[in-house]
Amino acid sequence: MGFPLLSPSYCCGSQPSPPIFHGLLRFKPVTSLRKPSSQKRQLCQSGRASKILAYYGLTTPPYELDALEPYMSQRTLELHWGKHHRDYVDSLNKQLAKNPLYGHTMEELIKVTYNNGNPLPEFNNAAQVWNHDFFWESMQPGGGKLPQGGLLQQIEKDFDSFSNFRDKFVESAMTLFGSGWVWLVLRTEEKRLSVVRTSNAMCPLIWGDIPIIGLDMWEHAYYLDYKEENVRAIC
Amino acid sequence: MALRAIAGKKTLTLGLGFGPRGAVAASCPGLGLRLRHVRGLVTFSLPDLPYDYGALEPAISGEIMQLHHQKHHQTYITNYNKALEQLEEAMAKGDSSKVVHLQSAIKFNGGGHINHSIFWQNLKPANEGGGEPPHGSLGWAIDTDYGSVEALVQKMNAEGAALQGSGWVWLALDKEMKKLKVETTANQDPLVTKGANLVPLLGIDVWEHAYYLQYKNVRPDYLKNVWKVMNWKYASEVYEKEVA
Repeated sequence: MGFPLLSPSYCCGSQPSPPIFHGLLRFKPVTSLRKPSSQKRQLCQSGRASKILAYYGLTTPPYELDALEPYMSQRTLELHWGKHHRDYVDSLNKQLAKNPLYGHTMEELIKVTYNNGNPLPEFNNAAQVWNHDFFWESMQPGGGKLPQGGLLQQIEKDFDSFSNFRDKFVESAMTLFGSGWVWLVLRTEEKRLSVVRTSNAMCPLIWGDIPIIGLDMWEHAYYLDYKEENVRAIC
Repeated sequence: MALRAIAGKKTLTLGLGFGPRGAVAASCPGLGLRLRHVRGLVTFSLPDLPYDYGALEPAISGEIMQLHHQKHHQTYITNYNKALEQLEEAMAKGDSSKVVHLQSAIKFNGGGHINHSIFWQNLKPANEGGGEPPHGSLGWAIDTDYGSVEALVQKMNAEGAALQGSGWVWLALDKEMKKLKVETTANQDPLVTKGANLVPLLGIDVWEHAYYLQYKNVRPDYLKNVWKVMNWKYASEVYEKEVA
């Protein structure tokens, strides 16, 4: 998630740009820097890529921008992904250009910039890039059905039933004050699932829990579609 | 206006421990905090706006004003009243755990009510003087502390734009030091949480709901335009009362 732009093999630049980052992990193709109405995964635009210095790229949601209708409109996706998420990526890259904080995966970068509770300026952008990458993955077209297999069993074990879990999740989201996120996490120490809330850009990775699904409760995530009726948005 | 409207019912004084509200309401009777007594417990209701929903266009759309006032502000009031009722019960039972637990809901919803009540007074249609720069003692104080109104506006806009998540940006008067300050608060924290001596002169709501339908993610554009409907007259009145 939130992968550094790698050079020549993914960017059809006329000259190879210097490898900015020794990428790790699985790599997704990076979108072009065109307008967000582009709805397919794209490789970098030729010509421009070689002039662009960037550390992390904007990953595309694994579905078309209208694929979550009617629950989440294409317009919302265009803005949320194309503007908000993109802004976090661009702002992060601008900050990193002046700061020798490269060489990390996004997960590492978040922990490093969190700086044990005294966050560096890059933290907000890095965490929000990761959070949004995760958010797109947490949703799918035609989703909303019950989880399967091991996850369902674990949910039933830790929450008594899926609908208990769902109620708890919704209640958590409804009672969040201000901007933030709601997560289903696996608590690594207690080895059980839990619903947690975080404020602003905070992410459960910080304290070592493993996010399973994440829900963006910043107003920009639902306002165009649901205005102030966040209950309907969550359900 | 609203305070006169409830004449005849018993009215609690405004000294419920919220400094700025008391000070502001005392200086501006039209603030309309709308108190009501029910079983000895004060309940709050939505103050009327002193202008039509569409009157602040094009700076702020009528759609936003209506949602912001009738839905968001109303929800804060509803939940504030609920929290206060639960607080009263918990106090009567001596349930300290519950009393403390309720504080965050009271701060959030009560703060939301306070802040928005001030905000509606901070705004004025352009054809009624909205956007006209301050004169008199506040104007001089701004020039002294910031060089010019433009410089102050720039500072407030920069702080407002940089605020992560939800919150407010304020022009405050430190009534002890008699100095102006620019402050931000997170979520619905009222200005007093940043300093007991701080009196709000102007506040700008930078929660996304305050601008999203019109300005989308471009908060700086909202901040630029909101000054066209800023009620500097209100700010001057509060200022003059405090420094007199």
